[in-house]
Amino acid sequence: MTEPLLQLSGVHTHIGPYHILHGVDFSVPAGELTMLLGRNGAGKTTTLRTIMGLWQASSGRIRFDGSDITERSTPDIARAGIAYVPESMGIFTDLTVRENIVLAARSGPVDKNRLDWILGLFPALKRFWNLPAGNLSGGQKQMLAIARAIAEPRRLLLIDEPTKGLAPVMVRSMIEAFKSLKAAGETILLVEQNFYAASALGDSVVVMDDGRIVHSGPMSELVADQALQQRLLGLSLDAHQ
Amino acid sequence: MSDMAAEPTAATAELPRAKTDWLPLLLVPALALLALPFVGSPSTWVTLTVAGLAMGMMIFLMASGLTLVFGLMDIINFGHGVFISLGAYATLLVLGPLAGWALSDSIGLNLALLGLCILVAMGVTALAGAVFERVIVRPVYGSHLKQILVTMGGLIVTEQLIHAIWGASPIPIPLPQSLRGAFVFGDIVMERYRVVAVVIGLAVFLGMELLLNRTRIGLLIRAGVENPEMVEALGYRIRRLFVSVFIAGSALAGLGGVMWAFYRQTLTAGMGMEVMVLVFIVIIIGGLGSITGCFVGSLLVALVANYVGFIEPKLALISNILVMALVLIWRPQGLFPVARR
Repeated sequence: MTEPLLQLSGVHTHIGPYHILHGVDFSVPAGELTMLLGRNGAGKTTTLRTIMGLWQASSGRIRFDGSDITERSTPDIARAGIAYVPESMGIFTDLTVRENIVLAARSGPVDKNRLDWILGLFPALKRFWNLPAGNLSGGQKQMLAIARAIAEPRRLLLIDEPTKGLAPVMVRSMIEAFKSLKAAGETILLVEQNFYAASALGDSVVVMDDGRIVHSGPMSELVADQALQQRLLGLSLDAHQ
Repeated sequence: MSDMAAEPTAATAELPRAKTDWLPLLLVPALALLALPFVGSPSTWVTLTVAGLAMGMMIFLMASGLTLVFGLMDIINFGHGVFISLGAYATLLVLGPLAGWALSDSIGLNLALLGLCILVAMGVTALAGAVFERVIVRPVYGSHLKQILVTMGGLIVTEQLIHAIWGASPIPIPLPQSLRGAFVFGDIVMERYRVVAVVIGLAVFLGMELLLNRTRIGLLIRAGVENPEMVEALGYRIRRLFVSVFIAGSALAGLGGVMWAFYRQTLTAGMGMEVMVLVFIVIIIGGLGSITGCFVGSLLVALVANYVGFIEPKLALISNILVMALVLIWRPQGLFPVARR
Protein backbone atom coordinates (compact mmCIF):
# COMPACT_ATOMS: atom_id res chain seq x y z
CA MET A 1 0.00 0.00 0.00
CA THR A 2 1.44 3.42 -0.97
CA GLU A 3 2.02 5.96 1.76
CA PRO A 4 -0.45 8.89 1.73
CA LEU A 5 0.93 12.27 0.73
CA LEU A 6 0.09 13.75 4.15
CA GLN A 7 -0.25 11.79 7.37
CA LEU A 8 -1.11 13.17 10.81
CA SER A 9 -0.56 10.79 13.74
CA GLY A 10 -1.69 11.62 17.26
CA VAL A 11 -1.27 15.38 16.79
CA HIS A 12 -1.93 17.54 19.84
CA THR A 13 -1.82 21.33 19.66
CA HIS A 14 -1.95 23.81 22.52
CA ILE A 15 -2.50 27.52 22.03
CA GLY A 16 -1.45 29.21 25.23
CA PRO A 17 -3.27 27.41 28.03
CA TYR A 18 -5.85 25.89 25.67
CA HIS A 19 -5.62 22.31 24.45
CA ILE A 20 -7.15 22.52 20.96
CA LEU A 21 -6.23 19.33 19.10
CA HIS A 22 -6.50 16.05 20.99
CA GLY A 23 -4.60 13.39 19.08
CA VAL A 24 -5.65 14.06 15.50
CA ASP A 25 -5.07 11.16 13.08
CA PHE A 26 -5.90 11.27 9.40
CA SER A 27 -4.28 11.05 6.03
CA VAL A 28 -4.59 12.76 2.65
CA PRO A 29 -3.99 10.50 -0.37
CA ALA A 30 -2.16 11.97 -3.36
CA GLY A 31 -4.33 13.21 -6.22
CA GLU A 32 -7.51 13.36 -4.16
CA LEU A 33 -9.62 16.10 -2.66
CA THR A 34 -10.11 15.46 1.04
CA MET A 35 -12.76 17.46 2.86
CA LEU A 36 -12.21 18.44 6.48
CA LEU A 37 -15.60 19.14 8.01
CA GLY A 38 -16.87 20.04 11.44
CA ARG A 39 -18.77 22.58 13.45
CA ASN A 40 -17.32 25.99 14.37
CA GLY A 41 -14.56 25.52 16.91
CA ALA A 42 -14.04 21.86 16.03
CA GLY A 43 -10.33 22.45 15.35
CA LYS A 44 -10.25 22.52 11.54
CA THR A 45 -8.34 25.78 11.18
CA THR A 46 -5.99 24.77 13.99
CA THR A 47 -5.29 21.54 12.11
CA LEU A 48 -4.33 23.41 8.94
CA ARG A 49 -2.21 25.92 10.85
CA THR A 50 -0.48 23.09 12.69
CA ILE A 51 0.32 21.34 9.41
CA MET A 52 1.78 24.61 8.11
CA GLY A 53 3.87 25.08 11.24
CA LEU A 54 2.13 28.35 12.08
CA TRP A 55 1.22 26.75 15.40
CA GLN A 56 3.55 24.09 16.67
CA ALA A 57 2.21 20.61 17.45
CA SER A 58 2.90 19.85 21.11
CA SER A 59 3.07 16.12 20.36
CA GLY A 60 2.38 13.67 17.56
CA ARG A 61 3.90 13.48 14.08
CA ILE A 62 3.08 15.07 10.74
CA ARG A 63 4.61 13.35 7.71
CA PHE A 64 4.52 14.87 4.23
CA ASP A 65 5.72 13.01 1.19
CA GLY A 66 7.66 10.57 3.36
CA SER A 67 9.39 13.23 5.51
CA ASP A 68 8.65 14.32 9.05
CA ILE A 69 7.68 18.03 8.93
CA THR A 70 6.38 18.31 12.50
CA GLU A 71 9.13 20.60 13.72
CA ARG A 72 10.00 22.35 10.49
CA SER A 73 9.52 26.08 10.11
CA THR A 74 6.63 27.47 8.06
CA PRO A 75 8.86 28.59 5.14
CA ASP A 76 10.47 25.14 5.02
CA ILE A 77 7.06 23.46 4.96
CA ALA A 78 5.94 25.78 2.16
CA ARG A 79 9.15 25.03 0.26
CA ALA A 80 8.46 21.32 0.65
CA GLY A 81 5.47 21.90 -1.62
CA ILE A 82 2.50 22.80 0.57
CA ALA A 83 0.46 25.88 -0.31
CA TYR A 84 -1.87 27.43 2.24
CA VAL A 85 -4.93 29.60 1.77
CA PRO A 86 -6.05 30.84 5.19
CA GLU A 87 -9.62 31.61 6.12
CA SER A 88 -8.74 35.32 6.08
CA MET A 89 -7.31 34.73 2.57
CA GLY A 90 -4.05 36.51 3.45
CA ILE A 91 -4.19 38.76 0.42
CA PHE A 92 -1.66 41.59 0.33
CA THR A 93 -4.12 44.39 -0.29
CA ASP A 94 -1.50 47.06 -1.01
CA LEU A 95 0.03 44.92 -3.74
CA THR A 96 -1.60 44.55 -7.13
CA VAL A 97 -3.21 41.29 -8.21
CA ARG A 98 -0.19 40.72 -10.42
CA GLU A 99 2.27 41.37 -7.60
CA ASN A 100 0.40 38.98 -5.32
CA ILE A 101 0.81 36.22 -7.88
CA VAL A 102 4.40 37.14 -8.76
CA LEU A 103 5.34 36.91 -5.08
CA ALA A 104 3.89 33.42 -4.81
CA ALA A 105 6.09 32.16 -7.64
CA ARG A 106 9.26 31.73 -5.62
CA SER A 107 11.34 30.11 -8.32
CA GLY A 108 11.07 32.94 -10.84
CA PRO A 109 8.70 34.23 -13.49
CA VAL A 110 5.21 32.78 -13.55
CA ASP A 111 4.96 30.35 -16.44
CA LYS A 112 2.82 31.93 -19.18
CA ASN A 113 0.82 28.78 -19.87
CA ARG A 114 0.19 28.24 -16.19
CA LEU A 115 -0.87 31.86 -15.80
CA ASP A 116 -3.30 31.54 -18.66
CA TRP A 117 -4.66 28.36 -17.07
CA ILE A 118 -5.08 30.14 -13.71
CA LEU A 119 -6.79 33.13 -15.32
CA GLY A 120 -8.98 30.70 -17.20
CA LEU A 121 -10.10 29.34 -13.84
CA PHE A 122 -10.61 32.81 -12.39
CA PRO A 123 -11.24 35.17 -15.34
CA ALA A 124 -12.36 38.02 -13.05
CA LEU A 125 -8.76 38.47 -11.91
CA LYS A 126 -7.70 39.54 -15.38
CA ARG A 127 -9.78 42.70 -15.16
CA PHE A 128 -8.04 43.76 -11.95
CA TRP A 129 -4.56 42.59 -12.95
CA ASN A 130 -2.76 45.87 -12.26
CA LEU A 131 -5.02 47.17 -9.51
CA PRO A 132 -4.37 46.88 -5.76
CA ALA A 133 -5.87 43.65 -4.47
CA GLY A 134 -7.64 45.67 -1.79
CA ASN A 135 -10.04 46.81 -4.53
CA LEU A 136 -11.34 43.27 -5.08
CA SER A 137 -14.64 41.97 -3.72
CA GLY A 138 -14.64 39.14 -1.16
CA GLY A 139 -15.16 36.48 -3.82
CA GLN A 140 -12.47 37.92 -6.06
CA LYS A 141 -10.05 38.02 -3.14
CA GLN A 142 -10.78 34.35 -2.53
CA MET A 143 -10.09 33.64 -6.19
CA LEU A 144 -6.81 35.52 -5.93
CA ALA A 145 -5.87 33.62 -2.77
CA ILE A 146 -6.35 30.31 -4.57
CA ALA A 147 -4.69 31.58 -7.74
CA ARG A 148 -1.70 32.56 -5.63
CA ALA A 149 -1.57 29.11 -4.07
CA ILE A 150 -1.33 27.50 -7.50
CA ALA A 151 0.95 30.11 -9.11
CA GLU A 152 3.54 27.35 -9.20
CA PRO A 153 2.93 23.61 -9.09
CA ARG A 154 2.56 22.48 -5.47
CA ARG A 155 2.25 18.99 -4.02
CA LEU A 156 -0.60 19.83 -1.64
CA LEU A 157 -3.07 22.69 -1.25
CA LEU A 158 -4.50 23.48 2.19
CA ILE A 159 -7.55 25.68 1.78
CA ASP A 160 -9.59 27.03 4.67
CA GLU A 161 -13.29 27.73 4.05
CA PRO A 162 -13.08 29.20 0.55
CA THR A 163 -16.85 29.64 0.17
CA LYS A 164 -17.40 31.37 3.50
CA GLY A 165 -19.49 34.49 3.10
CA LEU A 166 -19.71 34.21 -0.68
CA ALA A 167 -22.85 34.74 -2.74
CA PRO A 168 -24.37 31.52 -4.18
CA VAL A 169 -23.24 32.38 -7.70
CA MET A 170 -19.70 32.82 -6.45
CA VAL A 171 -19.91 29.53 -4.53
CA ARG A 172 -20.90 27.77 -7.75
CA SER A 173 -18.01 29.25 -9.69
CA MET A 174 -15.66 28.30 -6.86
CA ILE A 175 -16.92 24.73 -7.00
CA GLU A 176 -16.29 24.66 -10.75
CA ALA A 177 -12.77 25.95 -10.17
CA PHE A 178 -12.09 23.20 -7.62
CA LYS A 179 -13.43 20.60 -10.03
CA SER A 180 -10.92 21.86 -12.59
CA LEU A 181 -8.12 21.69 -10.02
CA LYS A 182 -9.14 18.11 -9.19
CA ALA A 183 -9.16 17.23 -12.86
CA ALA A 184 -5.65 18.66 -13.11
CA GLY A 185 -4.55 16.14 -10.48
CA GLU A 186 -4.02 18.55 -7.57
CA THR A 187 -4.05 17.11 -4.06
CA ILE A 188 -6.24 19.26 -1.84
CA LEU A 189 -7.21 19.31 1.81
CA LEU A 190 -10.25 21.56 1.95
CA VAL A 191 -11.89 22.86 5.10
CA GLU A 192 -15.53 23.62 4.38
CA GLN A 193 -18.72 24.42 6.27
CA ASN A 194 -20.88 24.39 3.17
CA PHE A 195 -21.98 20.77 2.92
CA TYR A 196 -23.38 21.28 -0.57
CA ALA A 197 -19.95 22.35 -1.79
CA ALA A 198 -18.25 19.60 0.22
CA SER A 199 -20.47 16.87 -1.16
CA ALA A 200 -19.96 18.10 -4.72
CA LEU A 201 -16.19 18.06 -4.44
CA GLY A 202 -14.90 15.61 -1.87
CA ASP A 203 -13.38 12.23 -2.68
CA SER A 204 -12.98 11.50 0.99
CA VAL A 205 -14.04 13.23 4.17
CA VAL A 206 -12.68 13.74 7.65
CA VAL A 207 -15.04 15.09 10.29
CA MET A 208 -13.76 16.78 13.45
CA ASP A 209 -15.45 17.64 16.69
CA ASP A 210 -13.92 19.14 19.80
CA GLY A 211 -10.38 18.75 18.47
CA ARG A 212 -10.79 15.06 17.62
CA ILE A 213 -11.47 13.08 14.45
CA VAL A 214 -14.92 11.59 14.79
CA HIS A 215 -15.30 10.16 11.30
CA SER A 216 -13.30 9.49 8.17
CA GLY A 217 -14.19 7.69 4.97
CA PRO A 218 -15.39 8.19 1.41
CA MET A 219 -17.47 11.31 0.81
CA SER A 220 -20.08 9.27 -1.04
CA GLU A 221 -20.72 7.27 2.13
CA LEU A 222 -21.47 10.39 4.17
CA VAL A 223 -23.61 11.88 1.38
CA ALA A 224 -25.68 8.73 1.22
CA ASP A 225 -26.23 8.46 4.98
CA GLN A 226 -28.40 11.29 6.27
CA ALA A 227 -28.48 9.84 9.76
CA LEU A 228 -24.69 9.97 9.85
CA GLN A 229 -24.77 13.57 8.66
CA GLN A 230 -27.22 14.43 11.40
CA ARG A 231 -25.09 12.74 14.02
CA LEU A 232 -21.77 14.20 12.86
CA LEU A 233 -22.71 17.61 11.60
CA GLY A 234 -26.24 18.22 12.79
CA LEU A 235 -27.54 18.76 9.27
CA SER A 236 -29.04 17.09 6.29
CA LEU A 237 -27.86 17.46 2.75
CA ASP A 238 -31.38 18.33 1.62
CA ALA A 239 -31.34 21.43 3.77
CA HIS A 240 -28.26 22.69 1.96
CA GLN A 241 -29.31 22.12 -1.62
CA MET B 1 12.22 43.20 -12.66
CA SER B 2 12.20 40.94 -15.65
CA ASP B 3 11.40 37.97 -13.46
CA MET B 4 8.26 39.76 -12.38
CA ALA B 5 6.99 40.49 -15.86
CA ALA B 6 4.31 37.85 -15.98
CA GLU B 7 1.34 39.03 -17.98
CA PRO B 8 -1.68 37.11 -19.14
CA THR B 9 -1.43 36.63 -22.88
CA ALA B 10 -5.07 37.29 -23.68
CA ALA B 11 -6.76 40.67 -23.68
CA THR B 12 -3.93 42.45 -21.94
CA ALA B 13 -4.36 45.65 -23.90
CA GLU B 14 -7.34 46.77 -21.86
CA LEU B 15 -5.99 45.94 -18.44
CA PRO B 16 -6.56 48.85 -16.07
CA ARG B 17 -3.65 50.58 -14.35
CA ALA B 18 -3.44 51.22 -10.64
CA LYS B 19 -4.72 54.60 -9.50
CA THR B 20 -2.28 56.87 -7.70
CA ASP B 21 -3.40 58.76 -4.64
CA TRP B 22 -2.38 62.21 -5.84
CA LEU B 23 -3.99 64.29 -3.12
CA PRO B 24 -1.26 63.93 -0.46
CA LEU B 25 1.40 64.33 -3.15
CA LEU B 26 -0.11 67.68 -4.11
CA LEU B 27 0.15 68.94 -0.54
CA VAL B 28 3.79 69.99 -0.89
CA PRO B 29 3.42 72.14 -4.03
CA ALA B 30 0.10 73.47 -2.73
CA LEU B 31 1.72 74.48 0.53
CA ALA B 32 4.60 76.15 -1.28
CA LEU B 33 2.25 78.14 -3.51
CA LEU B 34 0.07 79.06 -0.56
CA ALA B 35 3.08 80.43 1.29
CA LEU B 36 4.18 82.68 -1.60
CA PRO B 37 1.79 85.61 -0.96
CA PHE B 38 2.48 85.50 2.78
CA VAL B 39 6.26 85.54 2.28
CA GLY B 40 5.96 88.41 -0.18
CA SER B 41 9.30 88.48 -1.95
CA PRO B 42 9.67 85.72 -4.58
CA SER B 43 13.44 85.51 -4.06
CA THR B 44 13.01 85.05 -0.31
CA TRP B 45 10.34 82.47 -1.05
CA VAL B 46 12.72 80.49 -3.28
CA THR B 47 15.46 80.65 -0.64
CA LEU B 48 13.06 79.49 2.08
CA THR B 49 11.68 76.74 -0.14
CA VAL B 50 15.09 75.33 -1.09
CA ALA B 51 16.20 75.48 2.54
CA GLY B 52 13.00 73.73 3.58
CA LEU B 53 13.39 71.07 0.92
CA ALA B 54 16.98 70.44 2.02
CA MET B 55 15.96 70.13 5.65
CA GLY B 56 13.08 67.87 4.60
CA MET B 57 15.45 65.61 2.67
CA MET B 58 17.75 65.30 5.68
CA ILE B 59 14.81 64.44 7.91
CA PHE B 60 13.68 61.91 5.31
CA LEU B 61 17.11 60.28 5.25
CA MET B 62 17.06 59.96 9.02
CA ALA B 63 13.45 58.76 9.21
CA SER B 64 13.08 56.42 6.22
CA GLY B 65 14.79 53.50 7.92
CA LEU B 66 12.67 53.83 11.01
CA THR B 67 9.38 53.81 9.14
CA LEU B 68 10.35 50.56 7.40
CA VAL B 69 11.45 48.98 10.67
CA PHE B 70 8.25 50.14 12.33
CA GLY B 71 6.06 49.00 9.46
CA LEU B 72 7.68 45.66 8.74
CA MET B 73 8.84 44.51 12.14
CA ASP B 74 6.31 46.30 14.35
CA ILE B 75 9.29 47.45 16.40
CA ILE B 76 9.17 50.77 18.21
CA ASN B 77 12.85 51.63 18.12
CA PHE B 78 13.52 54.62 20.34
CA GLY B 79 17.19 53.88 19.83
CA HIS B 80 17.09 54.85 16.15
CA GLY B 81 18.62 58.23 17.00
CA VAL B 82 21.84 56.61 18.05
CA PHE B 83 22.49 55.45 14.49
CA ILE B 84 22.18 59.07 13.40
CA SER B 85 24.78 60.06 15.99
CA LEU B 86 27.02 57.11 15.15
CA GLY B 87 26.83 57.94 11.44
CA ALA B 88 27.77 61.51 12.22
CA TYR B 89 30.75 60.47 14.37
CA ALA B 90 31.85 57.95 11.75
CA THR B 91 32.75 60.93 9.55
CA LEU B 92 35.71 61.43 11.89
CA LEU B 93 37.14 58.12 10.70
CA VAL B 94 37.40 59.66 7.23
CA LEU B 95 38.02 63.30 8.15
CA GLY B 96 40.96 62.31 10.36
CA PRO B 97 43.22 60.85 7.67
CA LEU B 98 41.74 62.86 4.78
CA ALA B 99 41.37 66.30 6.37
CA GLY B 100 43.25 67.83 3.43
CA TRP B 101 40.48 66.81 1.02
CA ALA B 102 38.01 69.00 2.89
CA LEU B 103 40.24 72.03 2.52
CA SER B 104 41.07 71.37 -1.12
CA ASP B 105 39.51 73.59 -3.80
CA SER B 106 38.88 70.53 -5.96
CA ILE B 107 35.16 69.80 -6.14
CA GLY B 108 36.01 66.21 -7.10
CA LEU B 109 38.02 65.68 -3.90
CA ASN B 110 35.33 67.39 -1.83
CA LEU B 111 32.56 65.22 -3.22
CA ALA B 112 34.74 62.11 -2.92
CA LEU B 113 35.27 62.99 0.73
CA LEU B 114 31.52 63.34 1.26
CA GLY B 115 30.95 60.03 -0.56
CA LEU B 116 33.58 58.27 1.55
CA CYS B 117 32.07 59.67 4.74
CA ILE B 118 28.68 58.38 3.66
CA LEU B 119 30.03 54.92 2.78
CA VAL B 120 31.96 54.54 6.03
CA ALA B 121 29.07 55.86 8.11
CA MET B 122 26.63 53.47 6.44
CA GLY B 123 29.04 50.59 7.02
CA VAL B 124 29.53 51.44 10.68
CA THR B 125 25.82 51.95 11.36
CA ALA B 126 24.87 48.80 9.44
CA LEU B 127 27.23 46.83 11.66
CA ALA B 128 25.92 48.59 14.76
CA GLY B 129 22.36 47.88 13.56
CA ALA B 130 23.10 44.17 13.23
CA VAL B 131 24.45 44.05 16.79
CA PHE B 132 21.60 46.23 18.12
CA GLU B 133 18.99 43.96 16.51
CA ARG B 134 20.58 40.79 17.80
CA VAL B 135 21.34 41.93 21.34
CA ILE B 136 18.66 44.47 22.15
CA VAL B 137 15.68 44.15 19.81
CA ARG B 138 15.35 40.42 19.14
CA PRO B 139 14.58 39.43 22.75
CA VAL B 140 11.62 41.84 22.85
CA TYR B 141 9.79 41.13 19.58
CA GLY B 142 6.07 41.42 20.21
CA SER B 143 6.21 43.62 23.32
CA HIS B 144 5.99 47.34 22.61
CA LEU B 145 6.52 48.44 26.19
CA LYS B 146 9.71 46.40 26.51
CA GLN B 147 10.85 47.65 23.11
CA ILE B 148 10.52 51.26 24.21
CA LEU B 149 12.41 50.59 27.44
CA VAL B 150 15.27 48.49 26.06
CA THR B 151 15.83 50.52 22.90
CA MET B 152 15.90 53.67 25.02
CA GLY B 153 18.41 51.90 27.24
CA GLY B 154 20.43 50.91 24.17
CA LEU B 155 20.43 54.52 23.06
CA ILE B 156 21.77 55.74 26.42
CA VAL B 157 24.47 53.05 26.52
CA THR B 158 25.60 53.79 22.95
CA GLU B 159 25.65 57.54 23.57
CA GLN B 160 27.90 56.92 26.57
CA LEU B 161 30.09 54.70 24.37
CA ILE B 162 30.41 57.61 21.95
CA HIS B 163 31.46 59.82 24.89
CA ALA B 164 33.98 57.20 25.96
CA ILE B 165 35.50 56.92 22.48
CA TRP B 166 35.38 60.51 21.20
CA GLY B 167 34.91 62.51 24.40
CA ALA B 168 31.94 64.44 25.74
CA SER B 169 32.79 67.80 24.20
CA PRO B 170 31.21 68.88 20.92
CA ILE B 171 33.53 68.27 17.98
CA PRO B 172 33.59 70.77 15.11
CA ILE B 173 33.88 69.32 11.61
CA PRO B 174 34.70 71.25 8.44
CA LEU B 175 32.29 71.40 5.55
CA PRO B 176 34.25 70.57 2.36
CA GLN B 177 35.43 73.74 0.67
CA SER B 178 33.29 73.52 -2.48
CA LEU B 179 30.14 72.90 -0.48
CA ARG B 180 30.49 76.12 1.48
CA GLY B 181 28.87 79.34 0.34
CA ALA B 182 25.86 79.70 -1.89
CA PHE B 183 24.68 79.80 -5.45
CA VAL B 184 23.35 83.26 -6.17
CA PHE B 185 20.91 83.92 -9.02
CA GLY B 186 19.93 87.58 -8.86
CA ASP B 187 18.20 87.99 -5.50
CA ILE B 188 17.91 84.26 -4.98
CA VAL B 189 20.41 82.66 -2.63
CA MET B 190 20.71 78.88 -2.35
CA GLU B 191 23.28 77.36 -0.03
CA ARG B 192 25.37 74.84 -1.95
CA TYR B 193 25.25 72.20 0.76
CA ARG B 194 21.47 72.38 0.85
CA VAL B 195 21.31 71.78 -2.88
CA VAL B 196 23.57 68.74 -2.43
CA ALA B 197 21.29 67.52 0.38
CA VAL B 198 18.27 67.84 -1.93
CA VAL B 199 20.03 65.87 -4.67
CA ILE B 200 21.14 63.08 -2.29
CA GLY B 201 17.72 62.92 -0.61
CA LEU B 202 15.96 62.71 -3.95
CA ALA B 203 18.35 60.02 -5.17
CA VAL B 204 17.79 57.92 -2.04
CA PHE B 205 14.03 58.36 -2.27
CA LEU B 206 13.93 57.34 -5.94
CA GLY B 207 16.25 54.42 -5.22
CA MET B 208 14.02 53.21 -2.42
CA GLU B 209 10.89 53.63 -4.53
CA LEU B 210 12.50 51.58 -7.29
CA LEU B 211 13.62 48.93 -4.83
CA LEU B 212 10.21 48.68 -3.18
CA ASN B 213 8.13 48.73 -6.35
CA ARG B 214 10.29 47.12 -8.99
CA THR B 215 12.11 44.30 -7.26
CA ARG B 216 11.12 41.06 -5.61
CA ILE B 217 12.82 42.06 -2.35
CA GLY B 218 10.75 45.25 -2.41
CA LEU B 219 7.57 43.26 -2.94
CA LEU B 220 8.52 41.07 0.00
CA ILE B 221 9.08 44.08 2.22
CA ARG B 222 5.74 45.60 1.24
CA ALA B 223 3.98 42.29 1.72
CA GLY B 224 5.78 41.72 5.02
CA VAL B 225 4.61 45.09 6.34
CA GLU B 226 1.04 43.98 5.71
CA ASN B 227 1.06 40.30 6.65
CA PRO B 228 4.36 38.71 7.72
CA GLU B 229 2.72 35.38 8.53
CA MET B 230 1.43 35.00 4.99
CA VAL B 231 4.86 35.86 3.60
CA GLU B 232 6.24 32.94 5.62
CA ALA B 233 3.44 30.69 4.40
CA LEU B 234 4.53 31.50 0.85
CA GLY B 235 7.94 30.05 1.70
CA TYR B 236 9.98 33.18 2.48
CA ARG B 237 12.05 33.45 5.65
CA ILE B 238 10.68 36.67 7.08
CA ARG B 239 13.17 36.74 9.97
CA ARG B 240 16.07 37.25 7.55
CA LEU B 241 14.09 39.99 5.84
CA PHE B 242 13.46 41.62 9.24
CA VAL B 243 17.15 41.64 10.08
CA SER B 244 18.12 42.92 6.62
CA VAL B 245 15.61 45.75 6.84
CA PHE B 246 16.77 46.67 10.33
CA ILE B 247 20.37 46.81 9.13
CA ALA B 248 19.40 48.82 6.03
CA GLY B 249 17.32 51.18 8.20
CA SER B 250 20.28 51.72 10.51
CA ALA B 251 22.56 52.40 7.53
CA LEU B 252 20.08 54.96 6.18
CA ALA B 253 20.05 56.66 9.57
CA GLY B 254 23.85 56.71 9.35
CA LEU B 255 23.60 58.42 5.97
CA GLY B 256 21.18 60.94 7.45
CA GLY B 257 23.63 61.42 10.32
CA VAL B 258 26.44 62.37 7.93
CA MET B 259 24.27 64.91 6.13
CA TRP B 260 23.01 66.30 9.44
CA ALA B 261 26.57 66.48 10.82
CA PHE B 262 27.90 68.50 7.89
CA TYR B 263 24.85 70.74 8.08
CA ARG B 264 25.47 71.50 11.77
CA GLN B 265 29.26 71.29 11.42
CA THR B 266 29.38 70.12 15.02
CA LEU B 267 29.15 66.63 16.48
CA THR B 268 27.45 65.81 19.76
CA ALA B 269 26.46 62.37 21.02
CA GLY B 270 22.88 63.55 21.56
CA MET B 271 22.41 64.99 18.04
CA GLY B 272 20.45 61.93 16.91
CA MET B 273 18.16 61.95 19.90
CA GLU B 274 17.48 65.65 19.37
CA VAL B 275 15.86 65.06 15.98
CA MET B 276 13.88 61.98 17.00
CA VAL B 277 10.74 63.93 17.84
CA LEU B 278 10.77 65.30 14.31
CA VAL B 279 11.48 61.82 12.93
CA PHE B 280 8.53 60.31 14.78
CA ILE B 281 6.27 63.15 13.62
CA VAL B 282 7.08 62.58 9.95
CA ILE B 283 6.63 58.80 10.05
CA ILE B 284 3.28 59.23 11.80
CA ILE B 285 2.20 61.89 9.29
CA GLY B 286 3.33 59.73 6.38
CA GLY B 287 1.70 56.51 7.58
CA LEU B 288 3.75 53.88 9.39
CA GLY B 289 5.72 51.78 6.94
CA SER B 290 5.24 54.08 3.94
CA ILE B 291 8.38 55.45 2.29
CA THR B 292 6.38 57.82 0.08
CA GLY B 293 4.50 59.01 3.15
CA CYS B 294 7.74 59.54 5.03
CA PHE B 295 9.11 61.54 2.10
CA VAL B 296 6.05 63.78 1.77
CA GLY B 297 5.75 64.13 5.55
CA SER B 298 9.39 65.21 5.85
CA LEU B 299 9.04 67.87 3.16
CA LEU B 300 5.77 69.08 4.63
CA VAL B 301 7.12 69.45 8.15
CA ALA B 302 10.33 71.15 7.05
CA LEU B 303 8.63 73.57 4.65
CA VAL B 304 5.98 74.53 7.19
CA ALA B 305 8.68 75.12 9.81
CA ASN B 306 10.58 77.38 7.42
CA TYR B 307 7.61 79.36 6.17
CA VAL B 308 6.05 79.77 9.61
CA GLY B 309 9.44 80.65 11.09
CA PHE B 310 9.70 83.48 8.58
CA ILE B 311 6.10 84.69 8.60
CA GLU B 312 5.24 84.28 12.28
CA PRO B 313 8.31 83.18 14.28
CA LYS B 314 6.34 82.74 17.51
CA LEU B 315 4.34 79.93 15.92
CA ALA B 316 7.39 78.06 14.62
CA LEU B 317 7.74 75.96 17.76
CA ILE B 318 4.29 74.44 17.45
CA SER B 319 4.11 74.26 13.66
CA ASN B 320 5.18 70.59 13.51
CA ILE B 321 2.60 69.47 16.02
CA LEU B 322 0.00 71.55 14.22
CA VAL B 323 0.81 69.90 10.89
CA MET B 324 0.60 66.46 12.48
CA ALA B 325 -2.73 67.24 14.11
CA LEU B 326 -4.23 68.55 10.87
CA VAL B 327 -3.00 65.61 8.82
CA LEU B 328 -4.28 63.08 11.36
CA ILE B 329 -7.69 64.79 11.48
CA TRP B 330 -7.82 64.47 7.69
CA ARG B 331 -6.27 61.00 7.48
CA PRO B 332 -6.04 59.28 10.87
CA GLN B 333 -3.73 56.54 9.50
CA GLY B 334 -1.38 59.06 7.91
CA LEU B 335 -1.05 60.38 4.36
CA PHE B 336 -0.30 56.97 2.83
CA PRO B 337 -1.77 54.40 5.19
CA VAL B 338 -0.25 50.96 4.80
CA ALA B 339 -2.73 48.11 5.17
CA ARG B 340 -1.79 46.02 8.16
CA ARG B 341 -2.44 42.52 9.41
